[in-house]
Amino acid sequence: MAYLELNNIYKTYGEGDSSTEVLSNINLTMDEGEFVAIVGFTGSGKTTLVNLINGLLQPTSGEVLFKGVPVTDTSHERGVIFQNYSLLPWLTVGQNIYMAVKEAFPKERKKDLMKRVKEYVAMVSLSPAINKRPKELSGGMRQRVAVARALAMNPEMIIMDEPLGALDALTRGNLQDEILNIWSQDKRTALLITNDVDEGIYMADRIIPLKPGPNATLGPEFKIDIERPRDKTAMNDNPEYKKTRNSIIEYLMDIGDERKTVSDVEYKLPELTPKSFVA
Amino acid sequence: MEQEMVLKNEKSLSSSLKQILSKLTPSIKKDGIIKSLKNTGITLLSILLFIGLWQMGSKALYNKEADYRVEKALQERGEEAAAAERACIESGDSSCQPNTLPSPSQVWASLKSLVADHQVIRADKAAFAEKMAVTNEKMISQGKDPIVYTGRASFVDIVLTSIKTVFAGFLLAMFIAVPIGIIIGLSPSLRSAFNWFIQIFKPVSPVVWYLLVFMIVKTLYIGDSSDNAFVISFISVGLCAMWATLVNTAMGVASVDKDYINVAKILKLGTFQKVFKVILPSSLPLIFTGLRITLSVAWMVLIAIELLAQSQGLGLFVWEEFQNGANDSNSKIIVAMFVIGIIGFLLDRLMLAVQNMVSFNKNEMA
Repeated sequence: MAYLELNNIYKTYGEGDSSTEVLSNINLTMDEGEFVAIVGFTGSGKTTLVNLINGLLQPTSGEVLFKGVPVTDTSHERGVIFQNYSLLPWLTVGQNIYMAVKEAFPKERKKDLMKRVKEYVAMVSLSPAINKRPKELSGGMRQRVAVARALAMNPEMIIMDEPLGALDALTRGNLQDEILNIWSQDKRTALLITNDVDEGIYMADRIIPLKPGPNATLGPEFKIDIERPRDKTAMNDNPEYKKTRNSIIEYLMDIGDERKTVSDVEYKLPELTPKSFVA
Repeated sequence: MEQEMVLKNEKSLSSSLKQILSKLTPSIKKDGIIKSLKNTGITLLSILLFIGLWQMGSKALYNKEADYRVEKALQERGEEAAAAERACIESGDSSCQPNTLPSPSQVWASLKSLVADHQVIRADKAAFAEKMAVTNEKMISQGKDPIVYTGRASFVDIVLTSIKTVFAGFLLAMFIAVPIGIIIGLSPSLRSAFNWFIQIFKPVSPVVWYLLVFMIVKTLYIGDSSDNAFVISFISVGLCAMWATLVNTAMGVASVDKDYINVAKILKLGTFQKVFKVILPSSLPLIFTGLRITLSVAWMVLIAIELLAQSQGLGLFVWEEFQNGANDSNSKIIVAMFVIGIIGFLLDRLMLAVQNMVSFNKNEMA
């Protein structure tokens, strides 16, 4: 029995003539302890897919099975790191995480919960900022709080929806390493949604492209057989890496072209000539 | 060489001293002081300009009325009467003063007389309490109501009554509008059910609210001889002013960021927790904006409602002075106007301070 199973998922928004089918015929199986990345263009329905898996949305048809049980609601077993942090702005870093652990471990005493909060804040190295509000933090720090919040609930599976999309390259690299560290420590199952092929190759065991929506569906999977722990600089010379990267990008380019040729709307451009201010 | 070193040291010492000094009195602070001085100067200047214009305007109105009176005396009773009238006006005798917009100095004099009057009444009250102390003790021990002072209310008492009425009305508005607003905001079907109600009752005038409340309270107080003017006026003020809070609360609750709702779902918060830990905190800024509008509306409608309800507040004071038509009545009305304006301004500042305290994005508040 697979750990997570998506069987013939279709998701349609709206009803009747105005409805759009965002996802069509999505099939995916994940084993326990696996790290899978789904790569897709922006607007291809990635967030919808994530929300179907974490239980915020229900599929129009098909079923999501988590450990063999259909997903009908959100669960503490599946932790989510949102694309836009989604921290509550009126709570401090510590309070944001405390709120989550209190829900996840309702039976524990306050002292133990506080200890857990401090532990996870320290893990993302934000201890000095524990009493600050999200507004006072930089984007990277906020995302680290979101990571700490998701992990402090001790979920079996981590679902990440473009968690690093809004960050600069340097912070992004650091956080990738942090997430990989945490993941490898107790081998949780992880699903990463991203638009960055390099990020996917660096972090995941498998990469699956999502063809752009409407009617988005999953493409053929690419296995990444690079030994862990992976080294970013060394990877650049790894022939396996180069091959995988090229084939994924080629595939994405092809479906991108396909999408372009599908659209037959012709835009009429106004006739404008640039005016020279030099003369 | 050595000398050079010493010089250098001195230089660095003086420069570090300068640094310390500049840290102690940062240039921003200096600019700030100059800026605030400039702002105060401009404000003072505008106040002086306002008083000057007022003085000129009241003088012009005074002259117009004085001339008219003299002219009228001339036409009706001949030259002698006209001269007498002019002499009377110029002498400043209170019997023949033009009754028009008072000048700033007259208003100031009225304010002083009102304060003096307050002191007289206060002394009177104290004397009364002293005189009655023994009797009242006896009456209380006999289980009867003590005798209370029933003399004229002083200006300060009147202002206090008005503030009390506004606060009672404001609290009433808050206790009605915030809970209902939350419930309406949470449920779209209730929102559409209540919408007609809000749309119809929101624009109703304060006077009509007063009449409505009067109809109801009068019947409720039937057979009770106690004074219900205060009750009627604060309920009317509350009902008039609560709409801004109701609409803002409903809007704030209904428009909570979808991300926060998703967080609540992912954390699996219960309904109670979701409302009190996510929805309410995120709509607090809008609720307080509503409460701020409510307080200023309450203060604005207060005058009209107190006037109608015959409640011993500023509204009644203004109306009675107008009916009175005494020599200093007009200037007393202007005093009341300034007191109303200044208290309204202070109340608004108070609410703004509270609003800034509870809001989590301080930069976005005006």
